[in-house]
Amino acid sequence: MAYVLRRLALSIPTLLLGSILVFSLIHLIPGDVATVVLGQEATEEAKEAFRRQLGLDRPMVVQYFAWLGNVLTGDLGNSFVDRTPVLELILQRLPATIELTIGTFIVALLIAVPTGILSAVRRGGFVDYFSTLFALGGMSFPSFALAYLLIIVFAINLKWLPASGYVPFTEDPVGNLKVMLLPMIATGIREAALLMRMLRSSLLEVLGSEYVRVARAKGLNQRVVVMRHALRNALVPVLTAAGLLVAGLLGGLVITETLFGIPGFGRLIVESIFRRDYITVQGAILVSALLVVLINLMVDLLYVVVDPRIKLAKGG
Amino acid sequence: MSTSTAQEARPELSKARVRGDHPIRSFLRRFSRNRLAVFGAVVIGLMILIALLAPLIAPYGPNAQDYEASLQNESFRHPMGADLSGRDQLSRIIYGARISVQASLYAVGIALLIGVPVGLLTGYYRGFWDEWVVMRIVDTLQAFPFLILALALAATLGGGFGKAMIAIGIGFSPGFIRIVRAQVMTVSGQEFVQAAKSTGVKDFRILTRHILPNSMAPLLVQTTLAMGSAILAEAALSFLGLGVQPPTPSWGKMLAESKDYLNVAPHLAYWPGLGIFLAVLGFNLMGDGVREALDPRIGHR
Repeated sequence: MAYVLRRLALSIPTLLLGSILVFSLIHLIPGDVATVVLGQEATEEAKEAFRRQLGLDRPMVVQYFAWLGNVLTGDLGNSFVDRTPVLELILQRLPATIELTIGTFIVALLIAVPTGILSAVRRGGFVDYFSTLFALGGMSFPSFALAYLLIIVFAINLKWLPASGYVPFTEDPVGNLKVMLLPMIATGIREAALLMRMLRSSLLEVLGSEYVRVARAKGLNQRVVVMRHALRNALVPVLTAAGLLVAGLLGGLVITETLFGIPGFGRLIVESIFRRDYITVQGAILVSALLVVLINLMVDLLYVVVDPRIKLAKGG
Repeated sequence: MSTSTAQEARPELSKARVRGDHPIRSFLRRFSRNRLAVFGAVVIGLMILIALLAPLIAPYGPNAQDYEASLQNESFRHPMGADLSGRDQLSRIIYGARISVQASLYAVGIALLIGVPVGLLTGYYRGFWDEWVVMRIVDTLQAFPFLILALALAATLGGGFGKAMIAIGIGFSPGFIRIVRAQVMTVSGQEFVQAAKSTGVKDFRILTRHILPNSMAPLLVQTTLAMGSAILAEAALSFLGLGVQPPTPSWGKMLAESKDYLNVAPHLAYWPGLGIFLAVLGFNLMGDGVREALDPRIGHR
């Protein structure tokens, strides 16, 4: 319990500092924000009104706390472009990104778990050799280059799957999955490679340990030893690692979503940057950090559930 | 709790010294035995060579237009084909190598400039600044998805290659701070450092002469791997339009520009994609090779 509380307490300064960083972003914009957003030809009155509305005329510290107060009540401000509340924009875009994230992990696990187990159990064998090559390639192949390859092969040449034309899952589940499959594979291969390597080395370590030798000495067959005894323990470090992958994945989805025209969270950031809608950028980045902190917190808590030894050991 | 990170550190070089072998020579010997690592080093070496010699070996200028060749496939005149405005793809790939090499140097250089001093100081002095200021900032930076942070920084700074490098460098610095800090913590607990301290050697000298040289191994691995990631990150930012500005050729930008012509000219995507892949693969293989050569215990697991 102390561990859980400690973890919670440690994420508060992170979020606070994160909020300061996100807040300052808008002030890092070189030159006058009002001119940058409204354009050179905007009248001085319009700029003045814009500044007053954002509270840019007040001292920085006052601005920060006013902004923080609003953020804590769920008010991320209104879009510079069309006055829509930023939170609403983000919530509209999150479902597609969440679906992509889950799908990517399913693709990654479907590849990583069987190949990871096989290459650890038959170390040095054909699968091991092949999957090592796959992992090396997968970790170096940029997801956007892979996306192009998938589009050329599956969308243009074979015409099996579309390369664009997003429909929401709620409207047309089959059509939605068709559009989402290529992006999921494009981002999932890299995660699969990372997870596979981790599962393999973690499983190798467990398979060499005392209790696995005892289980084998008892005459249990390979399958039972691996599946019942070794895999569970081998998955613990992989789980944490998977949690850490989510942050990278959210970043990678920015590109995948832009490429495949999926109206997700990442594409919102890119669109907002090019529309100079900095307040939406600000809100979206804050939410992305919040998501990462929450997911890592969840993984840490899950870790305690899976591995009771953690409670006794000191955290950190 | 502060010792938990210290387990990662290993006294790699000391073993080689005991055997009376020069550490750099024994490192090179072990590295050269790893065929994949050598392959990686050759790929990177070639890329650097191509980047340096670009004006000499490129058949055309990177922006020279040959309208008759617009979107043409691979041919004798244009070995990698040509893009919409008839620019020779091979020449653009060759010049693009410059951007990738520069990205790996600048972004990682900035990360090292931030990470090494900060990691050294916090790992050595610890205390309030370490635990409550620097490490909390590091945690915070790492809470942001890297690419989103880099994207936002690059955008607010105004876009362009230089700004993108700063953004990527800042995004990488937490990793460097952590690695240097952890290494310093282990090394500074060792006897030779204690001995130096007790004979009254100044802190600055201890840090630069004793601790830093003995912390190099993991830093070297991290630097190599980060150079690959920097190429990937630069390609990603340029792909999204926030890195190199046209008409400068960058592999990421070239990929982005090929998107509308995939059905008629897929070669516009293959070559830059292959370039990024090989560059990142080269650094990854080299990084693994450096890691294994520095720590023979890892072996081929």
